[in-house]
Amino acid sequence: MNAVKDTWHKPPFIKSPALRYGLYAAVAIYVVLTLATLPIDWDRVSDGMRRAQRIFSGAFPPNFERSGLLIDGFLESLKIAILATVGGIALSVPLAFMAARNISVKPVYFLGRGIIIVARSFHPVIVAIIFVKAVGFGPFAGALTLVVYSVGFVAKLLAERIEEIDFGQVEAMRSVGAGFIPTLAYAVFPQIMPRLVGLGIYQLDSNLRASAVVGIVGAGGIGATLANAFGRYDYDFALAITMVIVGVILVSEAVSGFIRKRIA
Amino acid sequence: MMNAQPLHQTLDHWSRFTLRQRLMRYGSMMLVFLVVAWALSSIDVIWEWVWDAPSQMGDLFGRMMPPDPSNLPSILEAIWQTVNIATLATMFAVVVSLPVAYISAQNTTPNAVTLWIGRFILVSSRSVNTIIWALLFVAIFGPGIVAGIVAIMFRSIGFLGKLLGEAIEEIDQRPVEALEACGASRFKIVLYAIVPQVLPAFFAVSILRWDINLRESTVLGLVGAGGIGMILQGAIDTFNWPEVSMVLITILALVVLGEVVSSYLRKKIL
Amino acid sequence: MLKITKLTKRYGSGDPVLKELDLTVEGDQLTSVIGSSGAGKSTLLRCINRLVEPTSGSVDLNGTEFTALHRRELRNARRRIGMVFQSFNLIDRLTVMENVQSGRLGYISTWAALTRRYPREDIRHAYELMERVGIAHYADRRADELSGGERQRVGVVRALMQRPEILLADEPTASLDPKTSEQIMSLLRDLASELKLPVIINIHNVTEAKEYSDRIVGMRYGRIIFDDKPGKLEKAEMDEIYAGVPAMDRAEVGAVA
Ligand SMILES: Nc1ncnc2c1ncn2[C@@H]1O[C@H](COP(=O)(O)OP(=O)(O)OP(=O)(O)O)[C@@H](O)[C@H]1O
Ligand SMILES: [Mg+2]
Repeated sequence: MNAVKDTWHKPPFIKSPALRYGLYAAVAIYVVLTLATLPIDWDRVSDGMRRAQRIFSGAFPPNFERSGLLIDGFLESLKIAILATVGGIALSVPLAFMAARNISVKPVYFLGRGIIIVARSFHPVIVAIIFVKAVGFGPFAGALTLVVYSVGFVAKLLAERIEEIDFGQVEAMRSVGAGFIPTLAYAVFPQIMPRLVGLGIYQLDSNLRASAVVGIVGAGGIGATLANAFGRYDYDFALAITMVIVGVILVSEAVSGFIRKRIA
Repeated sequence: MMNAQPLHQTLDHWSRFTLRQRLMRYGSMMLVFLVVAWALSSIDVIWEWVWDAPSQMGDLFGRMMPPDPSNLPSILEAIWQTVNIATLATMFAVVVSLPVAYISAQNTTPNAVTLWIGRFILVSSRSVNTIIWALLFVAIFGPGIVAGIVAIMFRSIGFLGKLLGEAIEEIDQRPVEALEACGASRFKIVLYAIVPQVLPAFFAVSILRWDINLRESTVLGLVGAGGIGMILQGAIDTFNWPEVSMVLITILALVVLGEVVSSYLRKKIL
Repeated sequence: MLKITKLTKRYGSGDPVLKELDLTVEGDQLTSVIGSSGAGKSTLLRCINRLVEPTSGSVDLNGTEFTALHRRELRNARRRIGMVFQSFNLIDRLTVMENVQSGRLGYISTWAALTRRYPREDIRHAYELMERVGIAHYADRRADELSGGERQRVGVVRALMQRPEILLADEPTASLDPKTSEQIMSLLRDLASELKLPVIINIHNVTEAKEYSDRIVGMRYGRIIFDDKPGKLEKAEMDEIYAGVPAMDRAEVGAVA
C-alpha cells in the first residue's frame, strides 16, 4: 500500500474545464464591459446628491394637509381595483377554460394560451399608456389596464387548476348524456370554485398595488395624485402619499392573507 | 363521492350546503354586489367615452398595423440595454440582499435591533414600486440607465431578502449545532452549515427575480430611466403607431425569451 | 480526564434535570450511559461541551474548567471535544470530504475554509481515518447519497478530525438497523483503544451497551444510580434504572430536596 493521498479538490459543478473557465470568462467580460460602458456622469451624480438632499429635506416632515385629495385618490384606486378584479375574473373564467389542455380543443387552446401570454408579458404601465392614448386619461384607462393585468394572472393559474381536476366527475356527467355547459357547471365548477375565490382576493390586493403605479402614467387613482405632487415638487406631499400607499399595501396584504387562510 | 362528505351533508343531501354556509354565501354575494355597485356608481368616468372605447381601441389598433421595422436597430439596442439593466440590477441586489436576509432571519440575526432593521429594509423596499423608486432616482442621477439600475435594485432587495430570509429560517439547525460543537466560528458556520442549505433557494429566487426584473425594466424608460421604454415613449409622443407596435412585439419576444431562459437555468441548476 | 462535579441543570424555572451529578471518565474507556427517556442523558452530554448551558457545577477536561470559559475560549476548548449525533447532523449538500474537514473548522483559516484548500496534513489525516472506517472511496460523494451507517461513519470521522481528547456520542446508533448499529458500536470501541480516547455513549439498547462498554452508568431523573462494569448490571439494577414516571419521580424528589 502506497502513501496516503494528501491532496483533494472539490469536484467542480461544471465538469469540463473548457466550459467552466469559458463561462467564468464570459461572465467576467460581460460584467466588466457593461459596467465600464455605463454612462455615469460623476458631475451629474454629485449634482444629484445635492438634489437628493433637496428632495429629502423638502420631503420632511411629510405633509398631510391635503388629506382630502389623498383620500379621494385612494378611493378612486380602490374603485379601480374592485371593478378591474370583477371584470378580470369575468373574463378569466372563459379564458381559463379555453386555455386548459384537458377541456379545450387544440386551436382554441393555443388561442387561449396566446392571449394569456400577451396579457402577462406587458407590464401594466405599458398597457396603461396604450389605454390612456386610446380612451383618454382617468380611471377608466386604469380599470382596463388592471383587467388585462388580472386576466394574465388569474386565467393562467385557473387554467392550471382546471388541468388538475378530477376527471372522473366529468366522465360521470358525460356518461349520463349531459351537455357541455351542464358538465362544466356541475362537474368542473365546484372543483375550481375555491381556487377562483382565493385568486380573486389575491388579485384584488395586487390590483390595489398596481393601481398606485399605473396612475403615474395618467390612469387615475392615487398614482396620479402622487405623480402630480412629484411633478409640482411638492415632495412633502409626495412623501405623505408614499407613506400612506405603503401603509395601505401592508394592511391589504395582511387582510387578503387572513381571508385566504380562512377560506382555504 | 358520497362517503367523502361529512355526515350532515349526506343527511340533507337535497341541499349541498348547511344553512350557515348558505347564509354566508348569500351574504358574501350581497356584499360583493353592493361594493361593485358603489364603485360603479361613484367612479369618475365619462360613460360616453366608455361606450365609445371599443371603436377607439379598434381605431388605435388599426393605426398600429402593420408594424414598422425601419427603426429596428435602435430598438434592439435599447432592448439590449434593458437586458443589461435587469441583469446588473439583479446581480447588485443579490449581493446586497444577502446580509439583509441574514439579519432578518430569526435564527441568524445577531439581536432584536438588527432583526427590526432588517425587517424595515425589507418592507420599505418591497412596498415602494419600481416606478416610484425610478421617479426618485431619475431626480437624483438624472435620466438614464443608472437611475434604472438603482431603482430595480432597490425594489429587488426586499423581494430577494424576504425570500432568502425565509429560506434561512427553514434550514435544518442540526448541522449548525454540530459545527458549533466542533468549535467553528460564526462565519465559518454560516459558510459550511447555512450557505449550502440555502443555495438552491438562492439560485431559484435570483433567477425568478431576474425574470421579473426583465419585465420591470421595460417600463423604466417611461419615467426616463433608460431601456426600451424610452423608445416606446418617444414613439407614442410622436404618434408613430407602427413603431409602437414594433416595440411592443420586441418586448413580447424579450419577455417570452426571458421566461424560456430562466426556466432552462432553473432546470439546469436545481 | 473528564471530571464532572456537582453538575446541575435546570431548564427555565422548572425542576432540575441534572441534580448535583458527579462523574469521572478517563483513559481509553468506553462508557455507556443508560436510562429511560427524559432521565437527562442528552442534557448531561450537552452540558459537557456547553451546547446546553449548565446551571451550576464544574466540568473539567484535563485541567480546563469548561464552565468558566468565555465565548472565544469556549470555541477553542470545544475543539478538544468530539461529538457524534443520533441524526448524524451532516451537511447534506456538501461532499463527504467537506463534511469531514468541517471538524477542522476551528483550526483552519477562513480563507482555507472558503476555498476548500485544506492543509495537506488534514487531508492525509482525513484519508487515514476514512480508510480506517471504510469510507475513503466516498470522499467526493455528496453526504446525502450515503446510507445511514456510512453517514454515521462520516460523523465519527468528523469528530475524530478534531483530534479530540474525549468523544461524546448521543445515541449514535438509534437511527440505524441492528447490524449496522453493532458495526458502529464495535468501531467506537476499537477507536477508543486505538486512539487512547475516552468515549461516552448515550444508548437505549442495553444489550449492546453491555456487550461493547467497559463501564455502564445508569441514570435516573438527573442522578447516577448505577456505575460499574457491565457484568454487574443485573435485573434488580435494571428495574431500578427504568422504574417510575419521570415527572412524578422528579416532583417527589423535588419535594424532599
Ligand atoms: N431545551 C429544553 N428545554 C426545556 N426542557 C428540556 C429541554 N431539553 C430537554 N428538556 C427536558 O429535560 C429532561 C431531560 O431531557 P433529555 O433530553 O436530557 O433526556 P434523555 O435522557 O436524553 O431522553 P431520551 O432518551 O429520550 O433522549 C426532559 O424532561 C426534557 O423534557
Ligand atoms: Mg436524549
